[in-house]
Amino acid sequence: MSVLSTHNLSIGYSKKRSKTIVQPALNLILQAGELVCLIGPNGTGKSTLLRTLAGLQKPLDGKIKIDDDELENLSHHEKAMLIALVLTDRVDIDNATVYDIVSFGRHPYSNWRGSFSEEDEKQVREAIEMVHLTQKRDDCFCELSDGERQRVMIAKALAQDTPIIMLDEPTAHLDLPNRIEIMLLLHRLSHKTGKAILLSTHELDLALQAADRIWLMSNAGVECGVPEDLVFNGSFNRTFESKYYFFNEANGNFSMNYPMTRKVWVTGDKTRMYWTLRALARAGYIVVSDAEFTITINQNSWILNEKEFSTVKDLLDELAILSA
Amino acid sequence: MQSRNFILFFSLSFLTMSLFLADLAWGSIHISLSEMIATFTGNGQDGINSEILLNFRLPKAITAVLAGASLSVAGLMMQTLFRNPLADPYILGVSSGASLGVALITMASAFLPVVLVNSGWAMILAAVIGAALVLLLVVGVSFRIQNAVSLLIVGIMFGTIAGSIVSVLQNFSNPDAIKLFVMWTFGSLSAVTWTYMQVLLPVSLIGIGMAFFLQKRLDGLLLGENYARGLGVPIIQTRFLIVIATGLLAGGITAFTGPIAFVGVAIPHIARGIFRTSGHKILLPATILCGASLLLVCDIISQIPTYTLPINTISSLFGAPVILWIILKRK
Repeated sequence: MSVLSTHNLSIGYSKKRSKTIVQPALNLILQAGELVCLIGPNGTGKSTLLRTLAGLQKPLDGKIKIDDDELENLSHHEKAMLIALVLTDRVDIDNATVYDIVSFGRHPYSNWRGSFSEEDEKQVREAIEMVHLTQKRDDCFCELSDGERQRVMIAKALAQDTPIIMLDEPTAHLDLPNRIEIMLLLHRLSHKTGKAILLSTHELDLALQAADRIWLMSNAGVECGVPEDLVFNGSFNRTFESKYYFFNEANGNFSMNYPMTRKVWVTGDKTRMYWTLRALARAGYIVVSDAEFTITINQNSWILNEKEFSTVKDLLDELAILSA
Repeated sequence: MQSRNFILFFSLSFLTMSLFLADLAWGSIHISLSEMIATFTGNGQDGINSEILLNFRLPKAITAVLAGASLSVAGLMMQTLFRNPLADPYILGVSSGASLGVALITMASAFLPVVLVNSGWAMILAAVIGAALVLLLVVGVSFRIQNAVSLLIVGIMFGTIAGSIVSVLQNFSNPDAIKLFVMWTFGSLSAVTWTYMQVLLPVSLIGIGMAFFLQKRLDGLLLGENYARGLGVPIIQTRFLIVIATGLLAGGITAFTGPIAFVGVAIPHIARGIFRTSGHKILLPATILCGASLLLVCDIISQIPTYTLPINTISSLFGAPVILWIILKRK
């Protein structure tokens, strides 16, 4: 079921008379209960698209529809009931506890004085529970780690009780365990609560694993699809084309393009193969079968020219001497 | 938490009331509590003492309460709007704008009709217009730049421009007019007579009322403008209303009492420290009580020496250490 759709949406910036179009004629659909990751190189307009869809920025042309209403015709208050945001803006409020921050999510529902009903309190409690921060409910927000802070902001968005949540780079500044945790959390939330969750990220491998669908942004436009389809049809390779690196379809990561001028052949143990190839590529060796030297990988060592080496360093040193 | 706040509010209210009575009692002539009660109930014996109490000390004490409350509330709104702990109407040039308005009225009076110069409305209008003008310029610029520090510099620059124009006016004015203006800059709570109070009181109350009306939106602004927008706060309208309220509060008070430094920046921090919250539902009444108390204390202190000290000096002596404390605490 589509909750948000764009119709020939053109995004960018307008200053007085001049318009800078970042992306023209976008036709995108966001569905309930799915996690969509917006990825693409810097400067293709990820933040601009997110800000435009969130109503923080005006579209240059075209329409954004939420259900059947046009976003532009909705009041601030109505928008706040439909879209909850998690932004990169730093939140720094003196004395605010986790509960206080999550309570901001109930802002559109409370009366003019900001008084809470029982329903408001219940929603806040549940939101905190969903991000597993119940124990830190009364802790000062300023004392939390970056990962916990991000979870608090997600709880705020949950408390807002909207069909759509949008997050701008929610995994930025986080270490790997926290990045994975946040992505898993968002994936679970979208499926459990039936909310449509849209996030922008630079974490390609995480997005490929967690996203139900991907919006792949390049200067040529936005391609939408299930992550694996976009890998198979070469969209990733086209989008991230460069002479310095390539999108490695085998593992969903980027690999660096080294100038590989020297040849070597490698056989043997499979588990060590991956790392050996990496080291060789970095040192400038291309692996081909008609090479002059052959490296055999054993369980605990490498054999080259009938000499045995126990570390990669020694192996590379020997290769350098041989090739010189 | 609820009961702690209740006790704090109760104590603060009691403190404010005690200080109010102390402010009425103290001065070059001591007036006892029983004399006060007698005067207020209409059974006063001594004509001079009741005259001093009713027509001098009472309006002065009420002015202290109004000035303390208004400047603190204006400071709180500025700190929230700019998300800067050091923001206050004075730093952002609002008071300089008010000074410019008053300078024009006092020193350029030769070019204005006499009726206008002598009316309280003219003074308050000039100050409010001057204050609101500078604040509008600052907010106008704030739409273009995001950085709070740059915005602060912009406010200071507008203040400097206003100050320079005041200097130019002084250069062309006669000594009497200059003295009138300089006396105004010293700050004085006793200039407000009952006639002026009819202007000052509603202006302050409207400004404070607006702040209470905006309290939920002010809370939303704590998260930053983008988040606030996401929560349904109409940002442009809110900014505008905050500007108007601050212009009324800071401009109105400054017009009648002269600039009173540091109250606006220091009190919100004291209130946050006491109540350990950033929520405006608590902070608004808390700043009002703290601000009123502080200015009452300042007024009592300023009367201890035989020669009355300007209120601006006393409030700075109190406020400057608080700013230092904030900076050291924040590192």
